[in-house]
Amino acid sequence: MKVSVDEAKCCGAGQCVLLAPEVFDQREDDGIVVLLDETPAEHLHDVVREAASVCPAAAIELSENA
Amino acid sequence: MSAPTSVLVVGASAAGLATADALRRKGFSGQLTVLGAEPHLPYDRPPLSKQVLAGTWEPERTQLRAPDALSALDAEFILGDPAVGLELAARTVRTASGRALRADAVVVATGLRPRVLPGQADLAGVHVLRTLDDAVALRADLLAATRLVVVGDGVLGAEIAATARGMGVAVTVAGPQPAPLASQFGPVVAGLLAQLHTEHGVELRLGTGVAGLVGAGCRVTGVRLAGGAVLPADVVVVAMGATPATEWLADSGLRLDNGLVCDAHCRAAEGVYAVGDVARWHHEGLGRLVRLENRTNATEQARAVAAAILGQGRPYAPVPFFWTDQFDAKIQVYGVLSADAEVSVVDGDVADRRFVARYQRDGRLIGVLGWNMPKQTRLRRQELVAPTQPAPAPPQPLTPRAGSLSVQ
Repeated sequence: MKVSVDEAKCCGAGQCVLLAPEVFDQREDDGIVVLLDETPAEHLHDVVREAASVCPAAAIELSENA
Repeated sequence: MSAPTSVLVVGASAAGLATADALRRKGFSGQLTVLGAEPHLPYDRPPLSKQVLAGTWEPERTQLRAPDALSALDAEFILGDPAVGLELAARTVRTASGRALRADAVVVATGLRPRVLPGQADLAGVHVLRTLDDAVALRADLLAATRLVVVGDGVLGAEIAATARGMGVAVTVAGPQPAPLASQFGPVVAGLLAQLHTEHGVELRLGTGVAGLVGAGCRVTGVRLAGGAVLPADVVVVAMGATPATEWLADSGLRLDNGLVCDAHCRAAEGVYAVGDVARWHHEGLGRLVRLENRTNATEQARAVAAAILGQGRPYAPVPFFWTDQFDAKIQVYGVLSADAEVSVVDGDVADRRFVARYQRDGRLIGVLGWNMPKQTRLRRQELVAPTQPAPAPPQPLTPRAGSLSVQ
């Protein structure tokens, strides 16, 4: 799985960080998403899919084949 | 009830899509149908009053899923065909075009309908903002406008005012509160928001009701306030809140009271659930019926509903959250604020316009508001989950300071 984020779409709600703090963080100054791990380990895949699904700005893209 | 073999989601916006998505992620392999009143594929609403209205995003950018991600859902999307009735015993939904769709489980995700002013439909230049088509039409009118009046001093009205100012339009906001969002934010933070709008040239005509629209021929020319004054306008946006879109359920036998009333599992009846803006469910944490018109609730509640349908449900008791972006302010709110709360700043400084404030009532934390500090605000969400824990930083009282904050 390969994760990418669209900083321009991100609204800084932090929902992804609440779900998967191993993979996502927020910038200190404006709360925009920081991708910590673009190829997360397999045990994190479910929670990363969940984060992509609940993102209120649809700013997380997953490529499952990578 | 045994596990359903078919699910019909009525509503193809954020909550409806997220329910379909969550069902598949949780392993549901039965027939899945999503019925939408609008002709569009699922799109996101928060950008409508900001990026789409401003023209910085093409409307297509609001699409919530790329086409291949939608087809991977293996769901049938029936779009542009509003639901008009539900036969509860047969769990059959009838549509405007005459379809009859039956399913083992029906999810109501029909959202909201904006309130309007009397005579609004007969006057050109008067808008609401709920759908993508609404946003495109309002933008087109604003591009040719010189003077906008926004009727409504809530989140949506304030966002539209800020966006329209950015487009160079003269903007007046009318509404009953003393400052935008005062009934939630309280006088100090709402006062800061009023100051922000005023600094950017928005004229606030607040604290008075709106009597109605004024027109010449079939075109709007202004808004009449309760006191008789007329605010001239060539475009008017009515943003006075919205009502749950439940009229199609009027004869269903379901309990409708400011939304579709549900139990703690978001279940309105055997095999019938509600999700998103339309759902009013029993929140066990707050101990009362709650309906949230918040974007993140749409997806969070969708997960709860999908779990409930599959027999894995737990009572849905989220920490409410919303955000709003106005001019250079990114405001984030956890919990449910109240105008009479005691407000104290626990991070940053109001003078710097970067701060986090805790809202307490009767000595209990009820909410956290952040102004341009999204991460620091989110870190305090935990205090609402475990409200007995003491705040890490000693709070400094937040009181209006003459000269720095004016409460109108």
